[in-house]
Amino acid sequence: MASYIARRVAYLIPIWLGITLLAFLISTLAPGDPAQIYFQRTRGRQPTQQELQIVRERFNLDEPVVEQYLSWLSGAVRGDLGVSFTTGKPVLDELLLRFPATLTLAFWATVVTVVVAIPIGILAAIRRNSVLDQVTRAMSMLGASIPSFWLALLLIILFSVKLQWLPASGQQGWESLILPALALGLGDAAVVARLTRSSLLEIINEDYVKTARAKGLSEGRIMIRHILRNGMGAVVTQIGLAFGFLLAYSAIVEVIFVWPGIGRLAVDAIGQRDYTMIQGFVVFAGSIFVLINLAVDLSYMWLDPRVTLSGDKAVAG
Amino acid sequence: MADAAVTASAPELQAPALLPPRSLLRQLGGDRTALAGLVILVLMYTAALAAPMIAPQDPNEQDVGNRYAPVSFEHPLGTDNLGRDELSRLLYGARVSLFTALGVGVAILAIGIVVGSIAGFAGGFVDGLLMRIVDVLLAFPSLLLALAITGMLGPGLLHLMVGMVAVWWTDYARMMRGLVLSMRERPFVESARAVGLPGRLVASRHVLPNIVGPVIVLGTVQTGRLLLALSALSFLGLGVQPPTSEWGAMLSEGQQYLASAPQLMVYPGIAITLAALGFNLLGDGLRDVLDPTMEH
Amino acid sequence: MGQASLLEVRDLTVAFESRYGLIQAVNGMSFTLKPGERIGIVGESGSGKSVTAHAITGLQPSNARVSGEARLDGVDLLRASKREMRRVRGERIGMVFQNPLHCLNPAMKIGAQIEEAVLAHTGANKNEARQRALELLDQVGIPSPSRSAQEHPHHFSGGMRQRVMIAIALACSPQIVIADEPTTALDVTIQAQIIDLLAETCEKYGAAVILITHDLGILAGFAERIVVMYAGRVAEQGDVDSIYYRPAHPYTLGLLQSVTRIDEARRDRLVPIAGNPPSPVLLPSGCVFHPRCPYAQTVCSEKVPALERVGGTDHLAACHFADEIGALRAVNTAS
Repeated sequence: MASYIARRVAYLIPIWLGITLLAFLISTLAPGDPAQIYFQRTRGRQPTQQELQIVRERFNLDEPVVEQYLSWLSGAVRGDLGVSFTTGKPVLDELLLRFPATLTLAFWATVVTVVVAIPIGILAAIRRNSVLDQVTRAMSMLGASIPSFWLALLLIILFSVKLQWLPASGQQGWESLILPALALGLGDAAVVARLTRSSLLEIINEDYVKTARAKGLSEGRIMIRHILRNGMGAVVTQIGLAFGFLLAYSAIVEVIFVWPGIGRLAVDAIGQRDYTMIQGFVVFAGSIFVLINLAVDLSYMWLDPRVTLSGDKAVAG
Repeated sequence: MADAAVTASAPELQAPALLPPRSLLRQLGGDRTALAGLVILVLMYTAALAAPMIAPQDPNEQDVGNRYAPVSFEHPLGTDNLGRDELSRLLYGARVSLFTALGVGVAILAIGIVVGSIAGFAGGFVDGLLMRIVDVLLAFPSLLLALAITGMLGPGLLHLMVGMVAVWWTDYARMMRGLVLSMRERPFVESARAVGLPGRLVASRHVLPNIVGPVIVLGTVQTGRLLLALSALSFLGLGVQPPTSEWGAMLSEGQQYLASAPQLMVYPGIAITLAALGFNLLGDGLRDVLDPTMEH
Repeated sequence: MGQASLLEVRDLTVAFESRYGLIQAVNGMSFTLKPGERIGIVGESGSGKSVTAHAITGLQPSNARVSGEARLDGVDLLRASKREMRRVRGERIGMVFQNPLHCLNPAMKIGAQIEEAVLAHTGANKNEARQRALELLDQVGIPSPSRSAQEHPHHFSGGMRQRVMIAIALACSPQIVIADEPTTALDVTIQAQIIDLLAETCEKYGAAVILITHDLGILAGFAERIVVMYAGRVAEQGDVDSIYYRPAHPYTLGLLQSVTRIDEARRDRLVPIAGNPPSPVLLPSGCVFHPRCPYAQTVCSEKVPALERVGGTDHLAACHFADEIGALRAVNTAS
């Protein structure tokens, strides 16, 4: 088990290096001379040749691209993602300052997803082809088609503009959290409900469920100990992955609800062409995403004892 | 650009040549969800193509004296914050939204098929390298990466398309590689080889037909996702620039007048949802028809 | 007929609703089981033998339409409520299924899967249930029960898992054990072990056994009586000797000729039955076996043969020419 985890973590290192390379390459896509842009941004006038040279040296811009990458990477490994092109503050500090807000939002959106999707998915699986099942199918199809930012706008129109129940922006306690969490969570709920249904249906037809019935167990016990216990692996995986995507999709919802998370920070950075910030954001978000996937993998292992075995030694027939 | 996208995309939407098209259509006709999806898409794409003929007004003609006009014969869906005809903007916006999604869809399909096939057939180092690239790209939410790339390149429809193509080809590549690998192992391919059929014939007669189904299913669903991502990025201001009309951009413009003119938020959102629904319904139905082994 | 019967199945009919209409899977099936008796139900796949077992225990799928009666100690199981059936399953009827690799919950420890059955029907507390599980594991020949109980099923071979299934079936000392093709998925070398274990343990518990199989061979030393099913109907039933030495239905005859037998060491050839079992959607007219029957006459395609007594005993066969077939076999074995 320990060796499986070690191998799984070791596999992440090249992926993470790939992410840093990608982040670096993206920043070289920007048109124009970054040194000149930086100078103009901070001083508000055209730089002289000499001043340009100073800026280039400060950001290692006069070095060959490979060396630029390596020196930036050696910083990144130590947690130094450089300073923001606009504010001059360390990029990592800004990201860490904003990250808790995004995390809070993604967490509550996941709560919305789980609370809505899992019971509906279970009911749809038990009452297959019932009206409830049909409605779930239709809703999940619709949920997968509605853009989350439009849903966010509709929620604002309904609850903030018309009913005036909830604030449309800012971070004033739990009231401000409800709408963005709903906007983010409901779309995923549709997908997760559908997935819960299909993975439970697969399990319901398994022979060991028939064995459980042959033992004369109650339907409730069969559902909990035999069907859910085996079907939830896929669902937990999906929720974990969905959590990662929530962190990403929250960018748009954060912009709409003026939520001070890293997503909005990134969108602002793009607007201001803050290259170091975008670069840092890509590395940061990529690292988080990779870690979430790792956590999902490990939890899957915990849920399904057979996976442990295949990691430790050969799979037994 | 729009017309080029239409012709280029033809193989994706049409019945694959390898399947008898009439029976496929008949099967689709029997599947109510797929049929509904197909009807929605055909209607929307037709309306987009016919926009210059059916749009009641010039989509960019401002009429400042007639802002936020209600529904009327002249303006069937009213006017926006600059007095422009909402329906006309929707119809012209459809051209950008629908055909950009389709164009990106076809581009990533082509890249994915090429990369995936190379990886699957070549194996070894080439396969390893290509798949590590895919892994890195998949280690990210595609939308964020497309956002970052487009942001760096600067706003604009072309840059947005480049950003989307750069990150979204991975699903196809992975799928193609998997299909190629699994097909190589299948008994009927091995027996075809054993009988001594030349490799090219094995590929076209036995491997390809089994790959087409899953690719079409993924392609349909994927194009729907692209449409949603495109509208999201446009909403953030990364796509078309004013005054060009596009659904996501329309929502972005309307957002400023959310409190005073919420009606501007309705139609573009419905249009996006309906189109995405069309792709999802069609994909779902196609999966049932083309790939009965797949659980849906 | 000295003893009262334990299970009495009469006129059991099972049909499945499908898009092709009703599909008859079992048609007028009748048999009785006495306490402690061991009977075999034999037939090809699709002959309705598993469907019969599922219908009796209330495990049939929701699209099944069941009629007839199946009385266990006088109570009709086919009309019992879901709650009553839950009491019957596990407590009075234990079951062993075909594929031991898929019949155990992969996420649950072996011991817990047995304890669960004990806890469901007896007033035992957790500790007693654990003791009972260990005892059962020992009885079915699992080495070091206390350690094995803590393992997950994937550590066990198919044969071992089938032993665990037998332990689960016996957990509450049922009156009947229904074993549905218990050895089909196992290696030939293990098959005999499992059948022997089933016979031995059920005898110890005084449980009657219904062994469902497609292999007439494995019933030889096991069953006291045999029911031969074909296309959802009983073709023939009788005690083991009648079926083996005086078969009165051409299908039984065919089955016997396609089986290798130890007691006939020098057989020249195995004779397979020509053709395939009919599709339940399109059953032949008259006797359902007539298209494959080498002795078929005109009457066979016109009239459904009744299940009638052959000779004087409990031996029944559904064939227009039962007496002639019986004589034929007698001549064959004599020569």
